[in-house]
Amino acid sequence: MQNFPLLSLLIFLPLVGAVLILVLAHGDEAVVARNSRWTALWTSAINFLLSLFIWVHFDTTTADFQFVEYAVWMPAFNINYKMGIDGISMLFVLLTTLLTPICVLSSWECIQHRVKEYMISFLVLETFMIGMFCALDMVVFYIFFEAVLIPMFVIIGVWGGPGRVYAAFKLFLYTLLGSVLMLLALLAMYFTSGSTDIPTLMAYRFPVEMQTWLWLAFFASFAVKIPMWPVHTWLPDAHVEAPTAGSVILAAVLLKFGGYGFLRFSLPMFPEASVMFTPLIYTLSIIAVIYTSLVALAQEDMKKLIAYSSVAHMGFVTIGTFTLTVQGIEGAIYMMLSHGIVSAALFLIVGVVYDRIHSREISAYGGLVHRMPAYSLIFMLFMLASVGLPGTAGFVGEFLILVGAFKVNTWVAALAATGLILSAAYMLYLYRRVIFGKLTKDSLTAIGDMNAREIAVFAPLVVLVIFMGIYPGPFLEVMHVSVTNLLTNIDTALNAGQAVAVAGR
Amino acid sequence: MSEVPNVVPALPELFLASAIMAMLMLGVFQPRDTAEKEIKASRLISFLSIITLILAVLLVSTLSGGRLVTFQNMFVSDPFAVYSKILVLIGSALAIVISQGFIERHAMARFEYSILIVFATLGMMMMISANDLIALYLGLEMQSLSLYVIAAFQRDDTRSTEAGLKYFVLGALASGMLLYGASLIYGFTGTTNFDQLAQLFHGGGDSEINIGIIFGIVFILAGLAFKVSAVPFHMWTPDVYEGAPTPVTAFFSVAPKIAAMALFIRVMIGPFGGLVGEWQQIVVFVSMASMALGAFAAINQRNIKRLMAYSSIGHVGYALIGLAAGDETGIRGTLIYLAIYLAMNIGTFACILCMRRGDRMVEGIDDLAGLGKTHPMLALGIVVFMFSMAGIPPLAGFFGKFYIFIAAIEAGLYALAVVGVLTSVVAAFYYLRIVQMVYFEEPVDPLDKPVSRDLGLVITGTGLVIVLFFVYPTPILNGAAAAAASLFGG
Repeated sequence: MQNFPLLSLLIFLPLVGAVLILVLAHGDEAVVARNSRWTALWTSAINFLLSLFIWVHFDTTTADFQFVEYAVWMPAFNINYKMGIDGISMLFVLLTTLLTPICVLSSWECIQHRVKEYMISFLVLETFMIGMFCALDMVVFYIFFEAVLIPMFVIIGVWGGPGRVYAAFKLFLYTLLGSVLMLLALLAMYFTSGSTDIPTLMAYRFPVEMQTWLWLAFFASFAVKIPMWPVHTWLPDAHVEAPTAGSVILAAVLLKFGGYGFLRFSLPMFPEASVMFTPLIYTLSIIAVIYTSLVALAQEDMKKLIAYSSVAHMGFVTIGTFTLTVQGIEGAIYMMLSHGIVSAALFLIVGVVYDRIHSREISAYGGLVHRMPAYSLIFMLFMLASVGLPGTAGFVGEFLILVGAFKVNTWVAALAATGLILSAAYMLYLYRRVIFGKLTKDSLTAIGDMNAREIAVFAPLVVLVIFMGIYPGPFLEVMHVSVTNLLTNIDTALNAGQAVAVAGR
Repeated sequence: MSEVPNVVPALPELFLASAIMAMLMLGVFQPRDTAEKEIKASRLISFLSIITLILAVLLVSTLSGGRLVTFQNMFVSDPFAVYSKILVLIGSALAIVISQGFIERHAMARFEYSILIVFATLGMMMMISANDLIALYLGLEMQSLSLYVIAAFQRDDTRSTEAGLKYFVLGALASGMLLYGASLIYGFTGTTNFDQLAQLFHGGGDSEINIGIIFGIVFILAGLAFKVSAVPFHMWTPDVYEGAPTPVTAFFSVAPKIAAMALFIRVMIGPFGGLVGEWQQIVVFVSMASMALGAFAAINQRNIKRLMAYSSIGHVGYALIGLAAGDETGIRGTLIYLAIYLAMNIGTFACILCMRRGDRMVEGIDDLAGLGKTHPMLALGIVVFMFSMAGIPPLAGFFGKFYIFIAAIEAGLYALAVVGVLTSVVAAFYYLRIVQMVYFEEPVDPLDKPVSRDLGLVITGTGLVIVLFFVYPTPILNGAAAAAASLFGG
């Protein structure tokens, strides 16, 4: 069992599906569209089952990488294909495999032209995303990390809204600019340590002054991706213009690349630099939490509002990550997962009414509760989860992060907590304007409630968001050993560094 | 010197030369009194030229052993030469393949066309194998004179003749500079042989290198920079690329460039290898300037051939990073880069050659609008090449840059590496604009439908190389590594 390349299968199965669609789907347009849809759905669904299988066989008692695969790739450079997952990446893989079929299903009717290319893009995107989370070689990681831009660029540019070209370019160039600096840092690390193997590099101690530069180069990439204030401006544009499923993937998975990157690279490989730059992270995160929440309050566009709320939530994640406490980091991971589900659901919710009215303006709606009771209920659930109501997934993450922050720095915790209040304000305000009030708009009088397909899309998310809120145990258990191990290693490294400094005196 | 020189190292060149003469005779004696017969003759000669080039590749690869010199040390065949020659030969062969349809449609189908290309190729092979300043010059001129003629091959087209003339005048100037530099070197050292020069400058020379030698090197550098079209000697490139017939541009952008780059490497690393400290800063500057100009000047281009000209200037800048590093890793990086560049560029030009409307070539970027709907497979090809040129993984273009940057970081050229990655982001913008045209815009006036079989094959082949490079990169990596090692081993 251990020798079977499960992870590679997981990574490349969607690609196989994409190639099948590319090669086999020809002829009549309607037939091609139907075949592409079903192929994409089946491939991604099988992939999800496969990832569940991996989860079941995942050993939560060890911090080692599991399901490790190794193949010689570029022997002249000592760069190899290496894959494996630990408690930190396991759940992100699950998140990705869960959301791809949901995206496919949610695009079933609203994407009517170039369906074949659309489904290919999503499957290719899934391959790259899973590959990114599983990669245990820096170069392989980088390839997947940056390759994601290609399908994302196409998805926004082809199926997006009126400003799609601008948004697609902005997304691409912003993230590319960040990543190329990271590429140089990767090469510098490779040159110093002679290896691109991530576990080896985690154990390697880089000189402190070099760490500073490396940390900054990685920060340039992850900060854009997560995104942190002030390099978040690509996100609202991209979200507004992207098709619904594109927004879903962007918010739910792509933003997590940054957080994952911090946990996989910045913290374990540059512990001294991470400690040194913690005040910077705190400052930027708190600005993000408060400022973008206020900006969200003033938005007229539903998707933009959710986009800004994402930036605020990601501010929590970065605070939690850099508290270097078990609670903070587990909270950050948990928050990324719950945000992945909640923001995905919120974008889908916007998508439901957008498909009917073709407007994202908040002012175009009002009083939907009279025509769409089921929709209002689901919207309320996810709205409250986004606010962080106890009993929903959002609460657990926020709570743990605040606990972690409180242990390290009371002020950070206090300021971050204001973000909770603000998030309640903008989400409730949004909900009131869209759902409640009188149904006066003519365009809304005939609007219908969700159909069976839409309910099927939301059902797993609803179950998950409540389950994760009430019983976070299974998820925290997966990550716990890895997180503790990460913190132990950082402590060891920091103490060793101090011991050297003391001995040097 | 009555003894007969050993001809084995030069066998591919000799074979090529005899084949050219045979084909020339064959061509002359073909009946060519009507246009149809003219086309028939041109087809026959093109076909034979491709066969000749393929045979030459086979001949070259049999020489891949060690280092062989002949003709009183003026000619060398080593793994470096073998690697570069194979690239050049493949580039020329592909250029002839994608030319045929074009020259037949544009009344250029004369059999001399492919013969001239093979002639230029022969010159390039002699350049690559030159082990002496005089041999270098001979090869260079043989190549250049053929190229001038090919640039002006569309005789009735003013743009083409203008391109040919411009190329000739500026090219002659560059050759003059190179020759002047060579004479300075000879005057101050008393030798033109690369091996002797290398010995002379071994270990950095003494602290006091004669200023005349430095001048000589700078002049040679300027001449070579012109041939690879690096900033500040790039001015001819956009005009010539735009004016020359498209398949000729395709040829110009690969084979002569790769040959000149190989020559550049051989001259800098071979005879002047000991003087790295003297020329490194120049190459660093030239490389930075080329990357920056290639990135910024292309942004406003509307003509795809001009855009490709600037793009090729940028690519030369990247390839020069490897030379600037001046070590084995750097040269290996450059050689890998050139191989990938060859595939990307030939593929892109094959796509450009498909851009016809009403049987007329169109060259505007806007003409690509909506290609994704009208020609899905061609669009996919263009998009793959553009993303690869922008250096986005997992396509081959990324790996080219990757190996180059490894070398830059290892050599401590951080500033160069940072400029390199930043300009690559700028350059990504205009590559993406083509993707935008192809996929995001609606078709206005669709291009002609069936893509000819030759072009389709070339696009598919090069596209597969670009997409699948990452699956099994070892052959190119090993070839380049052996080639680079041979320059430093001796």
